Amino acid sequence: MLAKDFLKKLSEAHGVSGYEHAVREMVIAEFKPYADEITLTPMGSVIALKRGAGSALKTGKVLIEGHLDEIGLMVTEIKDGFLRFTQVGGFDVRVLLGQEVIVHGKQPLRGIIGARPPHLLSEAEREKVIPMSDLWIDVGLPDARVRELVQVGDLITYAREMVELKNNVVAGKAFDDRAAVVCVAEALKALATMRHTWDVYAVANVQEEVGLKGAQTSTFRINPDVAIAIDVSHADQPNTTEINVVPLGGGMGIAMGPNIHPLIHEKLVEVAKKYEIPFKVTAYTGATGTDAWAMQVVREGVPTGLIDIPLRYMHTSVEALCLTDLERIGRLLALFCASLDDAFLSQLRGVKDEEPKTKDKGKDATRKTLQRARRLGKRSRGA
Amino acid sequence: MLLEKLSNARGVSGNEAEVREILIQAIQDHVTEYRVDTLGNLIAYKKASGTRARKTIRVMLAAHMDEVGLMIVHHESNGHLRFRKVGGIDDRVLLSKTVLIGKDKIPGVIGAKPIHLLKPSERQQVVESDSMTIDIGAKSKEEAQELVKLGDYATFATTFSPIGNDCVKGKAFDDRAGCAALVEILKRDYPFDVYGVFTAQEEVGARGARVAAYAIEPTYAFALEGTVCDDLPKEKDESPVTRVGGGPAITFADNSLISDRRLVNLLVETARENKIPYQFKQAVAGGTDAGRIALIKEGVPSVAVSVPTRYIHSPVSLLNKHDLEYLIALMIKALPRVARI
Repeated sequence: MLAKDFLKKLSEAHGVSGYEHAVREMVIAEFKPYADEITLTPMGSVIALKRGAGSALKTGKVLIEGHLDEIGLMVTEIKDGFLRFTQVGGFDVRVLLGQEVIVHGKQPLRGIIGARPPHLLSEAEREKVIPMSDLWIDVGLPDARVRELVQVGDLITYAREMVELKNNVVAGKAFDDRAAVVCVAEALKALATMRHTWDVYAVANVQEEVGLKGAQTSTFRINPDVAIAIDVSHADQPNTTEINVVPLGGGMGIAMGPNIHPLIHEKLVEVAKKYEIPFKVTAYTGATGTDAWAMQVVREGVPTGLIDIPLRYMHTSVEALCLTDLERIGRLLALFCASLDDAFLSQLRGVKDEEPKTKDKGKDATRKTLQRARRLGKRSRGA
Repeated sequence: MLLEKLSNARGVSGNEAEVREILIQAIQDHVTEYRVDTLGNLIAYKKASGTRARKTIRVMLAAHMDEVGLMIVHHESNGHLRFRKVGGIDDRVLLSKTVLIGKDKIPGVIGAKPIHLLKPSERQQVVESDSMTIDIGAKSKEEAQELVKLGDYATFATTFSPIGNDCVKGKAFDDRAGCAALVEILKRDYPFDVYGVFTAQEEVGARGARVAAYAIEPTYAFALEGTVCDDLPKEKDESPVTRVGGGPAITFADNSLISDRRLVNLLVETARENKIPYQFKQAVAGGTDAGRIALIKEGVPSVAVSVPTRYIHSPVSLLNKHDLEYLIALMIKALPRVARI
């Protein structure tokens, strides 16, 4: 499927954290033709394995991932046929008024987060942000029928069809972080025509928005040598003064900071430069707020990288991104995976190469260092 | 359903052509003649029929074609568009919505600063529409200027559809609901001259109705509306104004009009005798074309009767189909009795 079509499909599907089933099925169908094996973790993350040329030798394992879940709302009360709600994930309540939603009851119900008509509002009222507890969802049904179809705890998501803007920009809901799943799919497709030594694990994780939970557990299972998270980050947009941003259409951010293994960062930058893929280095002084944060501390620690997708209006129903950026990220991921070799693995494991005297001996030496590294089972940050 | 076509059509005040074309198609076989006047009102004339026709009575029925919307006023250097509101819109309904701009229906989104970048105090501040921008994906001022002209109108990109059991949702039910009703009403014959007027520019001060009424000099006037409804659960015991599903709402007074008592009584009696559910609009709020028509020349006895519509002047409104059907039934039964006032 084309990146645009797959993104539209994923964006318009509904899957709040913990309830990613429908989205998961779409991802499995898309990954399947390119994977040697697909498994699910007990929490529901999708793991697609594409074996590398060195798979039998257990050369190395690289994990690339995005998260499946989206933020959503949850029914807390039914009154006179209207629904009161709370949030699952971080919402700006100010974007909710006049918004169309789907209430996931016994059957999906259209709903409207109703705005009182301006005719009845005083100047003072119009200058007040209405708290979430004072908003109501209208499903156009009488109270008794609502009680048959909806119960407290049912989930609610934005009803929004993806919109195509100019310059390959699209807008819609849940691009955070299904756009990353599209990048991972693009990488898998590209890898089908590339030689790669390492095993590639393409992962779509659950429950990121509620504490990076899917990534933590799926990374434990895979036990990768390298893990790359792909997540959205703030692009250039109105009324913000952020400078640590990548412009929409500017390629991607290759993140740097305590959450990122320096060698992974270097390697991503090296590959991007070599193939003239545009990027900007993005600096994170601590927590990146992405799955990279959780993956880095799985088991004895995992060398982790992070690629930022430039995105405007995050967590609204009109998140905007440039499709060209997704295609570029997919390509970089594939080229990065294909570039991984034994030498890089031993570098990551902090084993100094013995100076090879000849080229042939060099290979031997690398193999030996690798074996030593495995015995030691040791990983350190950088050489 | 005609309402679907009308709701999806785009016609912000001063730019009602698309809606007018649909209405011309819908009425042309049912009226004696029609014309479009200087302001863009569509005036349909229906000659009195029957042997007992009353030549001295002219009844004007008004429903407005225009809707609230936005107008582009500036291209930013980064390609984003600034806008102003046309008609009364609460700034708070605008964030994170999709719009269509100009004749070419260029899609755009009204973005919102991500929650992650907001200071806690900012979250409690209403964003003013003057500081919002529409993103069409353009990269520069020049590119934006190519695509969208200053003064282009933008409408909410909302699609009509059924919701719940007997309800429908869409944009601009204020007053496409009135337009849909008026089309049906014009399909019947009446024993006096009827002027069905689909008015322009109601949302910016009932401008169209004023000049149309001046030209027609009606004996009586009815405005058909999609009106304020506020029947959501509330902490305080406040009036719902109207209730969805309660039948057409008869206005005895609003900010623009004290309805003519004879016309109010005529509607109420007709509803009672024909067992048509009805309600009164229980708040003196808003104004309609009727208020303007009532003051034309020496004055015109007028009344407004409406379909209760939730969330008017927001991107998506909701009404009950039966309320619309009952409004049509009530008007069809009530109108012939005007001859007996």
